[in-house]
Amino acid sequence: MLTLKQLNKSYVPGKPVLVDIDLAIEARGITAIIGASGTGKSTLIRCVNRLVDPTSGQILFDGVDLARLSGRALRHARRHIGMVFQEYNLVERLSVMENLLCGRLGFVSPWRAWRRSFPSDDVRQAHELLEVVGLAGFARQRADALSGGQRQRVGIARAVMQKPKLLLADEPTSSLDPKTSVEIMELLAGVGRERGIPVLVNMHDVDLAKRFADRVVGMAGGRIVFDGPPDGLDDAELTRIYGGQGWLQ
Amino acid sequence: MTSPTSAPVLRQAPAGDGWQRFSPAQRLTRFLVYLAIVAAIVQSLRHVEVIPEFLYDAPEQMVDLVTRMWPVEWAAYGEHVHAPLVETLHIASLGTLLAIVLALPVGVLAAHNLVPSTPLNLFAKLILVSSRSVNSLVWALLFVGIFGPGALAGTLAIAFRSIGFVGKLVGEALEEAQPGPIEALKASGAPWVSVLAFGYWPQVKPAFWSIALFRWDINVRESAVLGLVGAGGIGMALDSALNLFQWDRVALILAAILAIVIAAELVVTQVRKRVI
Repeated sequence: MLTLKQLNKSYVPGKPVLVDIDLAIEARGITAIIGASGTGKSTLIRCVNRLVDPTSGQILFDGVDLARLSGRALRHARRHIGMVFQEYNLVERLSVMENLLCGRLGFVSPWRAWRRSFPSDDVRQAHELLEVVGLAGFARQRADALSGGQRQRVGIARAVMQKPKLLLADEPTSSLDPKTSVEIMELLAGVGRERGIPVLVNMHDVDLAKRFADRVVGMAGGRIVFDGPPDGLDDAELTRIYGGQGWLQ
Repeated sequence: MTSPTSAPVLRQAPAGDGWQRFSPAQRLTRFLVYLAIVAAIVQSLRHVEVIPEFLYDAPEQMVDLVTRMWPVEWAAYGEHVHAPLVETLHIASLGTLLAIVLALPVGVLAAHNLVPSTPLNLFAKLILVSSRSVNSLVWALLFVGIFGPGALAGTLAIAFRSIGFVGKLVGEALEEAQPGPIEALKASGAPWVSVLAFGYWPQVKPAFWSIALFRWDINVRESAVLGLVGAGGIGMALDSALNLFQWDRVALILAAILAIVIAAELVVTQVRKRVI
């Protein structure tokens, strides 16, 4: 499905953020990337759909190297990768329905989209998804009228609207309270499981990662230092990932 | 944490070391700026060469003018003022519309986040600055030269002066758009035009209507004087009334302009309230 090979990224020459990342995402289920702030988790996940361009290395998605794509080919590849953001990144002044339909923009011509004449299948799917994420009846609400948790639900629904083969989530719960965070992770895990979409998620909350992830990837200093099931995350491993000891008490 | 040794120790300033708001260099700069301002005023006054006699009898002349203007020739409105007044409104509206159509692409070209090419941005900004650096009256003179006197020249003058204004403000509004939603749309594989329509447009829509209405308001006022150089509208009526010393009619025209400007202001305020 997704294979990263020898991925490197430095924003400033000589100061690498990602160092020789090798990572393969095969099966469905949630893969959580954990690590301290500034270790390149976000950069890694943004390299996958090329919101950040890697300095070198390969991003093999369905056998195609995304690192070499540009223009239309890159756009077409991106249509199959959904993304959920920390700050939701909804278009605030549009309605919830319009925000969901934004997930179909890659498939609909700009002119049809501008006239809001989306295929009826898309609209039906949007209504279904609103029900799935628990926002049935919110279609006509403006996105800026929603709470943080509700916005993230719209964000997830928008990503799923793409019918993606892979879901990326960049710190999807970091702006939310603990209870809502759990609800959002449950939703993300459920959607991934039911639709058979593998989910690659960044998070800094170890407990949340242990609870929801099928596989945990620990990063430190731009490298992968742990890769295994959440049970394998003992204090020694956590110290390797985050450094220090005091915070574990 | 509570031990006294870890508390921050305030550095004692050496005795006699006072505090002054500005450093000597800053003080010198400020003095030079003030000096330059005073010098500029003095030099301007000397250059303008105010003739005292003309200044002294100004009140007298003013009273004279007012008595000639009164009573206002209201009766002339239907025959001599109404048509040019409506023409003025048309010049302003059509000119604003044309300006918006021409300015939007230039505004997009000027926004660095939308068109990440500095040469293109600078080219667009050059167009916008050239449009603004020429006054409406000068544009009007130019177009009267090309198309002859009349409303067409006025409309084009209004449009070309407004391109700079509308394009600059729309470009700035686009540059201030939140990058998050744009990033999300790009990540979903949306084409550039759809990103523009769904990511940028909803964000700049309120600013856009506000800019368009404000410019129309300005253009109503500006098109009222364009007739002075032959570019159609109420200004032409004003010009001929002035040339024929029909002061009572001049008063009527000035009153009409005032009324139309107030009406435009009211319309803009009401529409803005409903749109934004």
